Amino acid sequence: MEFDTVTVSRLITAMTLTFHIIFATLGVGVPLFISLAEFIGIKKKDKHYELLAKRWARGFIITVAIGVVTGTAIALQLSLVWPNFMQLAGNVIALPLFMEVFAFFFEAIFLGIYLYTWDRFKGKYTHWLISLPVVIGAAMSAVFITTVNSFMNSPAGFTMENGKFAAVNPIEAMLNPSAPTRIAHVLGGSYLTVAAILAAIAAIALLRKKGAEDYHKKALKLTVASMLIFSVLTAVAGDFSAKYLAKHQTEKLAAAEWLFETEENADLLLFGWLNEENEVVGAIRIPGALSFLAHGDFMSEVTGLEATPEDERPPLWIHYMFDLMVTIGMFLIGISFLYAILSRFKRWNAHSKFMLWMLALSGPLAMLAVEFGWIFAELGRQPWILRGYMTVDEAATSSPYIIHMFFMFLALYLVLGTLFVITLRKLFKDNPVELELEKHYLELNKGDEK
Amino acid sequence: MSYEIIGITVLWLFLYGYVIVASIDFGAGFFAYYAKVTKRDHIINQIISRYLSPVWEVTNVFLVFFFVGIVGFFPSTAYYYGSALLVPASFAIVLIAIRGSFYAFENYGSKQSNVYMFLYGATGLLIPASLSVAMTISEGGFITEENGVVSLKYWELFTSPLAWSIVALAIAAILFISASFLTYYASRANDEAALNLVRKWALFWATPTIIMALTTMIALSQRNQRHFDNMLELWWMFGLSMGFFLIAMGLLYIGRNYGMAFIAIMLQFFFAFFGYGMAQYPYLLDPYIHIETGVTNESMAIALIVAFIGGLLLLVPSLILLMKLFLFNADYAKGKK
Ligand code: HDD
Ligand code: HEM
Ligand code: HEM
Repeated sequence: MEFDTVTVSRLITAMTLTFHIIFATLGVGVPLFISLAEFIGIKKKDKHYELLAKRWARGFIITVAIGVVTGTAIALQLSLVWPNFMQLAGNVIALPLFMEVFAFFFEAIFLGIYLYTWDRFKGKYTHWLISLPVVIGAAMSAVFITTVNSFMNSPAGFTMENGKFAAVNPIEAMLNPSAPTRIAHVLGGSYLTVAAILAAIAAIALLRKKGAEDYHKKALKLTVASMLIFSVLTAVAGDFSAKYLAKHQTEKLAAAEWLFETEENADLLLFGWLNEENEVVGAIRIPGALSFLAHGDFMSEVTGLEATPEDERPPLWIHYMFDLMVTIGMFLIGISFLYAILSRFKRWNAHSKFMLWMLALSGPLAMLAVEFGWIFAELGRQPWILRGYMTVDEAATSSPYIIHMFFMFLALYLVLGTLFVITLRKLFKDNPVELELEKHYLELNKGDEK
Repeated sequence: MSYEIIGITVLWLFLYGYVIVASIDFGAGFFAYYAKVTKRDHIINQIISRYLSPVWEVTNVFLVFFFVGIVGFFPSTAYYYGSALLVPASFAIVLIAIRGSFYAFENYGSKQSNVYMFLYGATGLLIPASLSVAMTISEGGFITEENGVVSLKYWELFTSPLAWSIVALAIAAILFISASFLTYYASRANDEAALNLVRKWALFWATPTIIMALTTMIALSQRNQRHFDNMLELWWMFGLSMGFFLIAMGLLYIGRNYGMAFIAIMLQFFFAFFGYGMAQYPYLLDPYIHIETGVTNESMAIALIVAFIGGLLLLVPSLILLMKLFLFNADYAKGKK
């Protein structure tokens, strides 16, 4: 690999985004679950749920801090690393970026209020109501930023005149062809991932048998039920995303499925590899499934890579990213479905060691699915930064110092990541659930077997 | 009014907002460290952390708002400033990241260590220093554009009296604004000991602020005659600024009405900041970005202004609620809630 400024620019962006997306995903999803838990707690007058909301919120403060600082980094880096891109595309995508900041603003204000007013209001629902703007603000910021990324994949809302954008329609640019399906998929994926991570935390606590079983089981009930709902919704939205690709961005789907020639009744390939002659070896073939994924009809025709000029084709290894994401998605549906069935019947044990292990795994796996999904989506757009209009090479900065900046940011993320883990561990180790239950919720002790 | 004027006015207002709220935050970091070193932390750090905890994120959004807005309204700023500022702005990002995240780590994670207090104090002074580079290069002569490659003349920058006086002015102003805000906040909380300490700091930092403001004017006159002459034409703005400064000093000195004193200081900076900005018209980056040719297309400008008004309708009531709950709630300031 050659380390020219373009390559380093890509690396720095990839690094910042892969790091940011972890915290962004948590930032979108966690407020929903805090809000849900507080609501159930008030409704059922169950202090366990209230404590859940409080403890999740405490951890959330730390994830938000990193989300905010890495997000600030991205917003600045868009101009610093891709000055040519922002100069051109800024004319069309400024609106959603601008509105995203408003969404953050809104969210930040109410988050500040929410965190510092647990016991300041008389009515119990007043404090809960403050969580709603946080949930909405977080979701809206995801919506806006996703429209920007969708615009990069399917530009719309302008005409090109002498290398400049003319007749710009900012609303049309936001509602570009790929935006609706991707918004649904990104939001669903975020909620799914957070549900899985919170479930994993509860499952690990149960595996370690430190006590407070009721508390953790209630957490599992809430999060795994959400996992089931959101995993199905995410898969459906992902299916729609694939149908969008089949129609508007054929090269991405073709590269992801190693479909070199246009084909009717095309097979879905799982994993495998390519030999010297670019033939697929060792893959699991599901007959006709690709046609079904692309157009909802097993006999339909799917456009292959040959329809795209050779120098405009994305790298072929995104196949693995796509497969891993889909496999994890199926796994998450499966495991949460199994849990739901097992807990329906008293005779069966939904909290067996095996189930808890599977749930503990699902958290990290879901986060990996988000990462794989983004790498698939971003690399599948190559060599374009703005599909059909500007390539990545044309967009990058020409500053020779970009390589130094890369290492500076690498160091920063290493430090932040390490401190994040240390702080979270300390926060929850110094103040375990068992202790907090004993101290503040005496009335709940032991007796409440239900 | 044309779109570019509305746009730059709104953005300049937000930058002003950032200057005020961030100054309070950055200065407080420095004072907290200084108090710790001089073993007076028990007097003021309670006050500082009670005010800062709920608002640091909001402060940060002001900055993000400004640069997302300026790139939106004037896309060519992304090209010139983005290319030239890669290094200084990246440093600012790293410092902001350290400050913001350490803040969360330390406050919720563990006891305040000395390393953390030092970083918290030092970043508060280094962030404005690195951000002020953008101010400096807007005066022109620090950037070259050859074969479509924009680069920053580092040597020119580091040997420029203007650059250094802007840095010094930024730091002095931060400490002055912050100390006078803390004076007001301490008086709200009825904390005599803290009040006496921070009031002394406020009085002290007033002098360097004015000296550096004058020095910067002189340095500017050597660098960019046009900007300087425009500023002289707007002499009344700077006269008003000076007047409010004197009012604030009087109030601080006799030790009354600290709220009014702080408002006077906000007005002092308001007039100086807008006088400076208006004198720079019509350039956003002398001579590369002219405000009229640099502005985005009409439909985007309208969309941004509409979004802005909508956003304000949402934000202003929320901000008022935030301030009511924390800033102007005497019980909270006193630490009872
Ligand atoms: C928990 C995370 C998660 C899970 C389980 C899935 N995905 Fe996904 N997927 C994402 C998280 C994600 C993502 C990170 O949110 C992406 C990246 C870009 C985007 O728009 O969403 C994405 C992109 C993405 C794209 C590309 C969209 C584009 O580039 O325009 C397709 C076609 C799919 N997904 C399809 C699926 C299918 C059929 C799944 C079956 C279960 C699936 N995804 C599960
Ligand atoms: C938030 C989740 C995202 C992740 C994890 C992500 C990931 C990545 C990765 C891995 C790359 C490197 C591709 C390469 O090696 O060339 C990349 C490139 C890039 N992404 Fe994304 N991306 C995300 C969202 C976005 C969004 C929302 C935008 C638009 C505002 C964006 C803009 C870019 C740009 C400008 C590049 C550089 C051009 C390129 O190499 O493709 N990304 N991103
Ligand atoms: C789909 C991908 C992304 C999602 C879901 C996402 C979401 C988030 C979330 C939840 C936060 C924390 C904000 C808070 O709690 O206040 C955040 C911070 C931030 N993100 Fe991202 N982000 C994504 C990608 C990007 C990209 C590509 C950019 C750059 C244009 C960006 C810009 C920002 C900024 C500026 C902040 C900090 C805002 C503040 O100061 O409060 N994000 N993001």
